[in-house]
Amino acid sequence: MKQKIYLPISLIGVLLLIPGAVAYAGEVLKPDPAFNTGACIIIAVTIFFLLLLLLWLIRLARGLKEDETAREKYGDKWIFRQINSLDSRQLDQLISRRNSRKKAISKAKGGNNGFTAVMVLLLVFSSLAVHAQTPGESKNVLTSPGMIIMLTLIFVPLVVTVFLVALKIRNLAVKTRYSRVKKETSELAAAVDNDDAVYEDLIKRQRALNYHLTNNELAGTIEAEDSKGMLLNVDEVHGPRFFASKRKAAPKHQTDPKLVKLIMWYLGTATLWLVLGTSVGEYIGIKFVSPDADHISWLSFGRLRPVHTNMVFWGWSSIAMLGLGYYVVSTVSNTVVYSIKRGYYSLVLMNAAIILGSGMLMAGINNGGGEYREYIWPVMALFAAGIVVSLANYIQTIAQRKTKEIYISNWYIVSAMMFLTVIVTVGYLPFYQDGLGETIVQGYYMHQAVGMWFMFFNLGLVYYFLPQQLNTPIYSYSLGILAFWSQILFYTLIGTHHFIFSSIPWWLQTVAIVGSMGMLIPVFSGTTNFIMTFRGNFNKIGRSYTLPFYIVGILFYFTGSTQGTAEAFRETNLIWHFTDFTTAHSHLTMYGIIAFMLWACIYTIVPRLTGNEPKQGLVGAHFWMALIGLLFYTIPLMVGGTLKGMSWRDGKPFIDSVVLMAPYWLWRAIGGSLMWASHLVFAWNMYVMFSGHKSDPDIRKEVFEKLDTIPVNAEI
Amino acid sequence: MEIYNNHKKLFTAALCFFVLLTFFVAIGPAFTSQNNNAPLPGSKPLNRLETEGKAVFIAEGCVACHTQQVRNVDMDKVWGTRPNIAADYANITRTDVWRNTATLMGSERTGPDLTNVGTRQPSNDWHYLHLFNPRSVVAESVMPSYEWLFDIKDYAWPNDVVVNVPDDFKKGITGKIVATHKALALVAYLRSLKEVTLPDGKPVPIFLYGKSEAEKAAANTPGKGVTTKPEFDGAALYASNCQSCHQGNGEGLVGAFPALKGSKVVLDDNPEVQVTIIMKGYNGRVSEGYGVMPAVGTNNNLKPEEVAAIVNHERSNWGNNSKKVTADDVKKIIATFGKPETVIAKK
Repeated sequence: MKQKIYLPISLIGVLLLIPGAVAYAGEVLKPDPAFNTGACIIIAVTIFFLLLLLLWLIRLARGLKEDETAREKYGDKWIFRQINSLDSRQLDQLISRRNSRKKAISKAKGGNNGFTAVMVLLLVFSSLAVHAQTPGESKNVLTSPGMIIMLTLIFVPLVVTVFLVALKIRNLAVKTRYSRVKKETSELAAAVDNDDAVYEDLIKRQRALNYHLTNNELAGTIEAEDSKGMLLNVDEVHGPRFFASKRKAAPKHQTDPKLVKLIMWYLGTATLWLVLGTSVGEYIGIKFVSPDADHISWLSFGRLRPVHTNMVFWGWSSIAMLGLGYYVVSTVSNTVVYSIKRGYYSLVLMNAAIILGSGMLMAGINNGGGEYREYIWPVMALFAAGIVVSLANYIQTIAQRKTKEIYISNWYIVSAMMFLTVIVTVGYLPFYQDGLGETIVQGYYMHQAVGMWFMFFNLGLVYYFLPQQLNTPIYSYSLGILAFWSQILFYTLIGTHHFIFSSIPWWLQTVAIVGSMGMLIPVFSGTTNFIMTFRGNFNKIGRSYTLPFYIVGILFYFTGSTQGTAEAFRETNLIWHFTDFTTAHSHLTMYGIIAFMLWACIYTIVPRLTGNEPKQGLVGAHFWMALIGLLFYTIPLMVGGTLKGMSWRDGKPFIDSVVLMAPYWLWRAIGGSLMWASHLVFAWNMYVMFSGHKSDPDIRKEVFEKLDTIPVNAEI
Repeated sequence: MEIYNNHKKLFTAALCFFVLLTFFVAIGPAFTSQNNNAPLPGSKPLNRLETEGKAVFIAEGCVACHTQQVRNVDMDKVWGTRPNIAADYANITRTDVWRNTATLMGSERTGPDLTNVGTRQPSNDWHYLHLFNPRSVVAESVMPSYEWLFDIKDYAWPNDVVVNVPDDFKKGITGKIVATHKALALVAYLRSLKEVTLPDGKPVPIFLYGKSEAEKAAANTPGKGVTTKPEFDGAALYASNCQSCHQGNGEGLVGAFPALKGSKVVLDDNPEVQVTIIMKGYNGRVSEGYGVMPAVGTNNNLKPEEVAAIVNHERSNWGNNSKKVTADDVKKIIATFGKPETVIAKK
């Protein structure tokens, strides 16, 4: 009977499945409309668990069968296999048993450990199987109460039966195994006691198990000496650590101090605008939760919203990009910046535009409401002048390059600068902007400013900084070129997708939607290029405090841009347009892509320029607060925005859509606060990188720096 | 390729490509739109006060939350009787030498669309209260308060527009709350925002993505375990059309909007007066300090069934309990008004 035990077990298992399957088949066939997708899911889950149970039974049966046949299979070698499967302690027991020459079989515990292990394993499996039954039943969400009761009445005995039979089977299997192991163990003990050959094998096996390396087989015992100075940054860890320490930045570069100063001015003012601009953003985010926070005209929502958007657009992102551009354009051209002085002119013009523009917006002077086009033309002219001055500077730097070809970073950067000049000019010239002309231009203006300025410039920066930081060439130059031309082709067309279903010509809306789909080409090729550049270097992410910023930037580059495509379709636009979903999307892209990439570049390059590193823990704090804050910000707004759109579609009163947003706006404020706090940390990190501030100054370094000024024979 | 080693050729090529596409997708269509659309015959340019009001609207950044575009999709039906067309914006030209054209179409709808707000909400009193503190009329609103558009005076001049703010929202203000010139202008501008009827013969664009007749029929077919929902939800219609003045609790606002709870008109078993007020407006209680009620039913194009649902909602809530009306009753009463044109002509 024992030999064939696996057969009845399998049989019982199959029988067990039949009632369940029949019950479900019956349910599936019922034509009741209440059986919706939910019911299908429940059925699928239950069938899944039943299959799992069947698998477990088969496994159990097969295990028993294998145990039975093992002895016949291995013949004489069986006993040595047994010895090899024992651990050192069990071997000790057998040896001492033989040595003491006692012959009580019942005391041999050899197999008991194995037995316990089996028991534990079986318990785990059986508890899994037991738990597996319950969710399938409790998940029943059918609407009609009678149906629920009926199904429960069918299920309860079914589940209990399945559970009891499974228990029975398991006990049977355990018993079988126990008696077999017991028998085998006693046979083994007898063999050890009586057969010297077996005993010798046992001793040999024990010696092998007890063998340990001395840990100096290869190194020897001679003290190590670093005669070539190859070991740097040796980091010994004493005691527990909370933060993994990351690689230090490369030593300071020999960059022209004048250029360093220029770049630091750019990045410094950009940081100021980031902190100010997001403080404003944080405040207007809070106003959704607490609309009566103040009743001051200069601080009202309608006036501050453009202050926030323009400040982070033109102040933070643009100025930071230009500052980093000064480094990249000259470095990849293997030359010096054409004119440092013009760099300052440009910086002053741009900052003046933001100061003036923000003040005017708060005073209620704006251009008429188009997003990112709120600065009036004299202010924007200042900004554009700043861009043109730097553009000329960049081109002249490239003209005097020492390399034959133009590195792809400079394609993107210079094109972005040229395009922005065109975009601003087109956006502010009045000749074609009466009536709906204004709206057509608005769609073009705001979206080109995002894609052909910020995205293009940032891609240029990343094409330099990412390979440099990974110390590997860019994966494919050709993909970069494909992305370059295809982005110009498609992105330029997509502006009017902000006005789908409006009075703008239908064909123009369709062109925008097609262009949005076409954007998948540059986005996929760009993402592929970056990810493939990362290939083989993913292990570096954990050891670096800059690479996480790159990887997040690239991730959002892919998801954020693809989300833009998804939003452009007419069917989705129907739900998401005009809702907070667009706010989430713009933050996912302008923050997730642009800001994260800029931080990546800044943390990469600034320590090399100034020779001062930020505290790694604080960079980590900046990263995590910004990332978690962004997720807290965007995901609730996407959910809420979708619900809002659905509420409109269902013809609910408008005020319902305001009420339903309340919790999502609260989450937005929480996420926004985290993001804002991370910017304060970033500003502090910038200060540390700029000034070399250290909480514990390197006294030795300072003494050595002063050493030369002290006369040789003087007392120190 | 040589182009990749020559910065002049490379950057010129990229720039030309971009500018060419710009002409195709922005400048060209903008020119076409500007030159091929004339203002509709029924539209009239903003007068001086309304123009000043529009300047206030722009300065305060109202466009951040309020759109002015009725899209040709079904869900926008609540904001206008027809989708906007390019000609609706044709009479909007450059604001002044410093500022661009302001079509104010907007891109976010945190607040309601304003294309037709002049028709939907023609009450001055409501607008002043709402601007002073939106939560005084719409409790759930998140709109900012525009307190700075109002003066606090100890005594009001005869020409001053005094706003009767409920005590809860006065925040210790003891004087008279008087609308400034800017507030008057802004409200004049808001009231000027009305859809213009398309001239005869011009095809009216249709709303897309509406429920098909089959879907509507399916939703209304009883049986098969689906609980039938009435097609016209009185509570929702009340919230959309009446609640901002008469409030969710039917108590109105003292000194501004009369209560419906316990109102003689609502409790009257004969619905004639109630339906007439909804369809034609009412100014009978101005002497008591209450505002003029606009012809909500006519302005918002409510169907007799919808009016009946609203009337029944009012008649069966807040302790009110009077005789229900049917859509046919409403139709009969409306029929006594004469042709609908006369209603519009009277305005």
